[in-house]
Amino acid sequence: MKKRLHKWRLFALLGIVGLVLSGCGEPYLSALRPAGDVAQSQFDLLILSTLIMVLVIIVVIVLFVVVLLRFRRKKGDESVPKQIEGSHKLEIIWTVIPILLLIVLAVPTVVTTFDLADTKAMDKKGKDGKTKDALVVNVRANLYWWEFEYPDLGIVTSQDLVVPTDQKVYFNLTASDVKHSFWIPAAGGKMDTNTDGVNKFYLEFDSKKAEDSNNLFYGKCAELCGPSHALMDFKVVPKSKSDFDAWAKDMKSVKEPVVAGDAAKQGVAVFNKSCIGCHAVTPNDSRPEAARQAPNLATFGERQKIAGVLDHTEANVKNWIKDPEKYKPGNTMTGTYGELSDSDIDALAAYLLQLKVEEK
Amino acid sequence: MSTYANKKGFGATIWDYLTTVDHKKIAILYLISGGLFFVIGGLEAMFIRIQLAIPNNDFVSAGFYNEILTMHGTTMIFLAAMPLVFAVMNAVVPLQIGARDVAFPFLNSLGFWLFFFGGVFLNLSWFLGGAPDAGWTSYASLSLHSAGHGVDFYVLGLQISGFGTLMAGINFLVTIINMRAPGMTYMRMPLFTWSTFVVSALILFAFPPLTVGLVLMMFDRMFGANFFDVAAGGNTIIWEHLFWIFGHPEVYILILPAFGIFSEIFATFSRKRLFGYSSMVFATVLIGFLGFMVWAHHMFTTGLGPIANAIFAVATMAIAVPTGIKIFNWIFTMWGGSVKFTVPMLYAVAFIPTFTMGGVTGIMLASAPADYQYHDSYFVVAHFHYVIVGGVVLGLLAGINFYWPKMFGTILNEKLGQITFWTFLIGFHLTFFIQHFLGLMGMPRRVFTFMDNQGLNTGNMISTVGAFLMAFGVLVMVINIIITSVKNEKVGNDPWGDGRTLEWAIPSPPPFYNFKQLPLVRGLDAYWVEKMEGKKEMTPAEPLGDIHMPNSSFLPVTIAFGLFVAAFGALYHMDDKSWTLPIIILGLLITFGSMLIRSIKDDHGYHIHKEDLMDDTDKGGKA
Repeated sequence: MKKRLHKWRLFALLGIVGLVLSGCGEPYLSALRPAGDVAQSQFDLLILSTLIMVLVIIVVIVLFVVVLLRFRRKKGDESVPKQIEGSHKLEIIWTVIPILLLIVLAVPTVVTTFDLADTKAMDKKGKDGKTKDALVVNVRANLYWWEFEYPDLGIVTSQDLVVPTDQKVYFNLTASDVKHSFWIPAAGGKMDTNTDGVNKFYLEFDSKKAEDSNNLFYGKCAELCGPSHALMDFKVVPKSKSDFDAWAKDMKSVKEPVVAGDAAKQGVAVFNKSCIGCHAVTPNDSRPEAARQAPNLATFGERQKIAGVLDHTEANVKNWIKDPEKYKPGNTMTGTYGELSDSDIDALAAYLLQLKVEEK
Repeated sequence: MSTYANKKGFGATIWDYLTTVDHKKIAILYLISGGLFFVIGGLEAMFIRIQLAIPNNDFVSAGFYNEILTMHGTTMIFLAAMPLVFAVMNAVVPLQIGARDVAFPFLNSLGFWLFFFGGVFLNLSWFLGGAPDAGWTSYASLSLHSAGHGVDFYVLGLQISGFGTLMAGINFLVTIINMRAPGMTYMRMPLFTWSTFVVSALILFAFPPLTVGLVLMMFDRMFGANFFDVAAGGNTIIWEHLFWIFGHPEVYILILPAFGIFSEIFATFSRKRLFGYSSMVFATVLIGFLGFMVWAHHMFTTGLGPIANAIFAVATMAIAVPTGIKIFNWIFTMWGGSVKFTVPMLYAVAFIPTFTMGGVTGIMLASAPADYQYHDSYFVVAHFHYVIVGGVVLGLLAGINFYWPKMFGTILNEKLGQITFWTFLIGFHLTFFIQHFLGLMGMPRRVFTFMDNQGLNTGNMISTVGAFLMAFGVLVMVINIIITSVKNEKVGNDPWGDGRTLEWAIPSPPPFYNFKQLPLVRGLDAYWVEKMEGKKEMTPAEPLGDIHMPNSSFLPVTIAFGLFVAAFGALYHMDDKSWTLPIIILGLLITFGSMLIRSIKDDHGYHIHKEDLMDDTDKGGKA
């Protein structure tokens, strides 16, 4: 299937359209700069359908312009043109040709639909209940934050999705409160996270394309989910297979966060009093989903953003804790931890920024 | 407005309109209220574009933005486009088929007032604690999660106005089946009548699923039922199905009348009969039929699986064929014709490339795997504005300009009309073309803001500039309407000079009984047939006789008002307020009381006598 579409790309015209479109948008966000096979197959369909449609538009526009130029009524012209009932020949032409054009589009559409829905690899489990040769990530969407659980690795993380490049990454998608939609435009189309059941699909991340975008892709929520729908971003960090394995090993080995400095130690106390009811600080969180009410903070210090949208600075950590409502209206954190004094917040920030797994 | 009405005082005119059952006056009521809601929806659109002009803007807050976007969609579809379509249908269809009114004039009035009170109820939410904020689609998990009464206003308001729409649909079906003038066979009906006929059938089948969905939602929100509550065994996907089983045909309910209007305009201003009339009729029916087979293409990313996605993808593509047939037939109607560029014709001509753009992006969206990228992004926003503004709104603007003389007896200023046309059209393309690319570049729809450094700034700015141009165009149109109405220069029965169908054979505006004698229809484009034989008027199909007319009635207003009152009681009932139950009972008493009066009071209407009709001859009340 992929081969057939790639043949299409040989056509010069196709290349030109592709080139023009690929200049559009940022490499870490744009669906027009596909960074993996899934996005590429969807992009190919986009180009194929655009070409067919441009062809149709050209035919319509040419006829249209001829009509506008040739058949204008001259001033005072009172003649009555010939009243034509129709033409069977013409009508058959413009019925049959569109049908043929649509078949050209329909065939790769159907084939790709089935290709992209092929998640059989997720079901092949070994004796230990782990998926045999596929990496599976359970994505759980919550009001304005994302949880990523690697069930076979025993890792839970939030907000930053770490994936290995050049292999299929399979996703189980679900939502815990209202419907959201999981979308990484550069890596491929979206799929809804329903409250009703689990959706499955896969994506691929190309290592070269990942480098072009500094090993960072933007992820979005694509389904209206409340006031802060626009702020429900996440980040995707692609790593080579070996880097990913190293990362997974580090994540698994974290037992207790290591804390240095008085402020941070004081922060631990504040955290244990006000935050620990919802937030975990180690990636091997074995509590059931319902108990994981807030993002896992094990890698908080190395996150790309605070709360998905604010720049990763100490000042922003403090701002966020002081008044989450201001930065993400309608979030579920506001008002759950009472009043914190400024010194509490300073301590908490110092502690949270030390929560790192890799950069120690 | 008729000269008869002008002689009356202001209060009497108002009373006349409150009680009228005349399809021409109901058309004006639909036009005014639809126009008003169009302006409100347009203001909401401007708020949206101002907020999104620059990244991280704080013109409106996040929660308020969701209310605006919800109300913009809901208002534009249910309270602006639908009633404006009904305005043109009411004004034109009975005239086009040579009837004196619709089949059920009382029901026609009731339909309008239900729509009106439903729309007012929905919009009062702005002042009563906040508008609905779950999108016009009101997907179940979010709408059940939504605090406050916003979604309740949506559920109740749409149910009330939905009754009205359903009634109007049934009414037009019966009218077109039963009340065609002698000689007007189905295959001689003008295309606008045909599209009204098909649309009425669509309404009949599409609105019940919406009503079912809304009732389930109402039970969930008000009485704690659990139809959509997953934790209690409900299912939210059902809402998506119910909504889109209604929602997709709804798109055709809006666009087919626009197709009909354009068909009339192309033929009229090309001085040529419609090319391929029978295939146009066939295409209209086919689009209506296929419209029910494709709803799940709105749900490609819901996770229905590859089999459903593939089937619905191919079915959706199939709709392109009849639509393409229409586009080519319109072009070939102009081909070889004598094309005159009046304002309505400008809209019709601009519609062809614009709608083709919207149509082809529709095909792109039909390709399910590619849709995973487009879905819920600004690409979709661009697509449906190309079909709804580029199709429906251009159609309505064309239709309003085209039929204004027939409705009001005076013609809109062409110069101002051209200014509106050009600013609106250029503004439209400026606003929405770029949005295709914004979507592909990774901008989800329904976002209240976007961050800097995502490559989205320029596109959004361009889009906002375009929106202001569109607003300017609408403003000029309002000024045009005011100037034209004040000047009130009367025009004759066929002001465009090239009228082809029956409505152009009678005075503008027509006398309240439309046709003194029902006309004899001798072919497609009945009036044109007579004109070509050198006649100035239709051949009557009956001798001059008494005309039976329905009486005016205030009851439609009270029936609708009762539901409006009861809806307030129902809305606040869940707050455990003690006054709500009496209000519900009072409202329902008003409604059912009015219905009872209607049932037991004999109302046989009245007759216009032959002698009075003869006197009318000099006033131009001729058939």
